[in-house]
Amino acid sequence: MSARIDLVVTAVDDAVPGIRSLTLGSPDGERLASFTPGSHLVLDVPAGEGRPRPAANAYSLTGESVDPRHYAISVLRCAPASEGGTAGGGSAWVHGLAVGDRVTATPPRSAFAPVHLATRHLLVGAGIGITPLLSHLRSHVRWGREAELVYLFRDGHGAHVDELKELGGDRVTFLADRAGLAEDLAVRLADQPIGTHLYTCGPAGFMDAVVALATELGWPSSRVHLEPFGVEALDPGEPFSVRVAGDDRVLDVPAGTSLLEALEDAGHVVPNLCRQGVCGECRVDVAPGSSPVLHRDLFLDEETKGAGDCLMACVSRAVPAADGRAHLEVTL
Amino acid sequence: MTPPPTLSPTVSTAPDLVAGFPFPFPNPTYRYTTNVEPARGVVTTPAGQWGAAVVDVDSAYGEELAERAAILERDPSRHAVLPHMQVACWDAMLCLMRELALSRPDAFALEVLDDLEGGSRAAYRWRNDLLGIDHTFVLGDASTLPDEPLRWITAQVQEDVVLLDERDGVLWGDAGVVTFAADWSFGFDVGMSFLEIHGPVPRIHAEGVITRAHEFIKRLQPNETYRRTNWTLTVHRRLDVSTETYPEWGPDRPMVLTVDDETFGRLVHLRTEVQHLVRLPESGAVMFLIRSYMLPFDELARVEEWRERAAAVIAELPEDMADYKGIATYRDRAAAWLRAQAPTP
Ligand code: FES
Repeated sequence: MSARIDLVVTAVDDAVPGIRSLTLGSPDGERLASFTPGSHLVLDVPAGEGRPRPAANAYSLTGESVDPRHYAISVLRCAPASEGGTAGGGSAWVHGLAVGDRVTATPPRSAFAPVHLATRHLLVGAGIGITPLLSHLRSHVRWGREAELVYLFRDGHGAHVDELKELGGDRVTFLADRAGLAEDLAVRLADQPIGTHLYTCGPAGFMDAVVALATELGWPSSRVHLEPFGVEALDPGEPFSVRVAGDDRVLDVPAGTSLLEALEDAGHVVPNLCRQGVCGECRVDVAPGSSPVLHRDLFLDEETKGAGDCLMACVSRAVPAADGRAHLEVTL
Repeated sequence: MTPPPTLSPTVSTAPDLVAGFPFPFPNPTYRYTTNVEPARGVVTTPAGQWGAAVVDVDSAYGEELAERAAILERDPSRHAVLPHMQVACWDAMLCLMRELALSRPDAFALEVLDDLEGGSRAAYRWRNDLLGIDHTFVLGDASTLPDEPLRWITAQVQEDVVLLDERDGVLWGDAGVVTFAADWSFGFDVGMSFLEIHGPVPRIHAEGVITRAHEFIKRLQPNETYRRTNWTLTVHRRLDVSTETYPEWGPDRPMVLTVDDETFGRLVHLRTEVQHLVRLPESGAVMFLIRSYMLPFDELARVEEWRERAAAVIAELPEDMADYKGIATYRDRAAAWLRAQAPTP
């Protein structure tokens, strides 16, 4: 179990439709720990109202990163299952918080840090994906590094627009339509000095498009960085079975239930945090006699996934082998 | 002729240096492992305790800082900062100041004088009463410091510091101030990867110790702090046994075989390195702190459990490891010497 910090909601800003900006302070008013630009908090979302289990949702920190007085996050409300949507209900819960409410979270975690050897930083964000890039830009401005930011959002739905303008001035470009972005980016990406690194955050389809364009223009993958924010709901998957070493039972994992949930329901303890395949906590070893694994996490590298001897239990599943059986032998 | 050791022998007998000595052998035999644990855990020993502080200040403070200054003066290559590491150096400086203030609130204090916003830079006030420093500076503004940030703060801590940058899934030793290296050379290693730096260590590659450590370090989150220990033997209380100065201390190893028993116990030191790993918040760099503690054998042997355990570990140590630690020539005599100090019933 990772350490948690206690925070209290000190301000709520709902000025942008559908997006809530929260300010979280320490209960005793002390300064909070500094963090790496691009870091996120994982907020504990309690069970309740259409959420059968507690959840943990990751939100990028948008505020000051050095000796901050508070942590700031901006959260897009996604419709939960109870309203016919596919979200887990964490963002709806955040939208129900009020000043004075207590929350718990992990200390800031970094998975999207600026590369210091870069000679220039090109930041490309869409929608709520602007959040980690805002803290990147703040850091670049502070330390006088070369940076520019392109921000795509629907008219009237842009978060942090004034703040970005004030912070970045003419280093910031706002765009309102996807076609305009493609054109703009094609020019920018073709035109960057050697040593520029590209950082992108936004919906998966958007990031795919940015990466595809960069790849086409010859950008090596080592200079392209993605923050897969708000990991979209995974498809429920096919049922499979699992057996834990040292335990004779064969457990069923139905569609819509994760391996992690199935193991927990059977009384096994598996360390976990994000339950979204990003944090790396829930890794389990896979033994011979297992069917192929469908890795759906963002944590393991391709080589490790290929080796097939471990998986992230929160998102990965077994897929039928040649004999039609979908089964895993795991060691906890 | 071997020059005399630069540190006075009296330092090693100060009571706090015995009570706070981090005795490095929890087990009756020693092998390389990825022996990292969360920092700040207090370890109780038969002589006292150690481990509460990440940055430890003891009665050798003034003497060791003077020694560091003299070494840097003679050999400026012990301090190096690649250009992209400037933010990491500021970050390291703030972190070391906070740790000093935590260890010794009576003597050190760091105060934020104003808030940062919109990419601005905060002012801080730093007090080091031990050195009579009371200084106000602006984060990131080099003109407000008397020296390069890493060099300035390492003139106020007893630890050596290496800063590792992470990129492309690899850690690179791209900045540091290392004046008390035990048989390695920072000037040579700067700019190399963590894996390259550890290239010559026998066994540990085959056993995957270093690659596992590398993976572990890469997972450290902002402000997370872990520690491990390492050890060797040193002849004389000489902190600087870096590769560069080998001609000065190399001859000590055969020399110590020729001295009488009483001199042997005074000259040979058990040297423990307490190494801390801190993920620095603003830069995302990893700060690697190395603090070297030395205890002469004649002091060590006064603590019966330490005497017995050290004798057993040194006698059992496989030859390749003894060789790598540079103690192959005199380890047998060291073990025999310790055994001979057994209290007579
Ligand atoms: S719980 Fe985070 S990767 Fe599975």
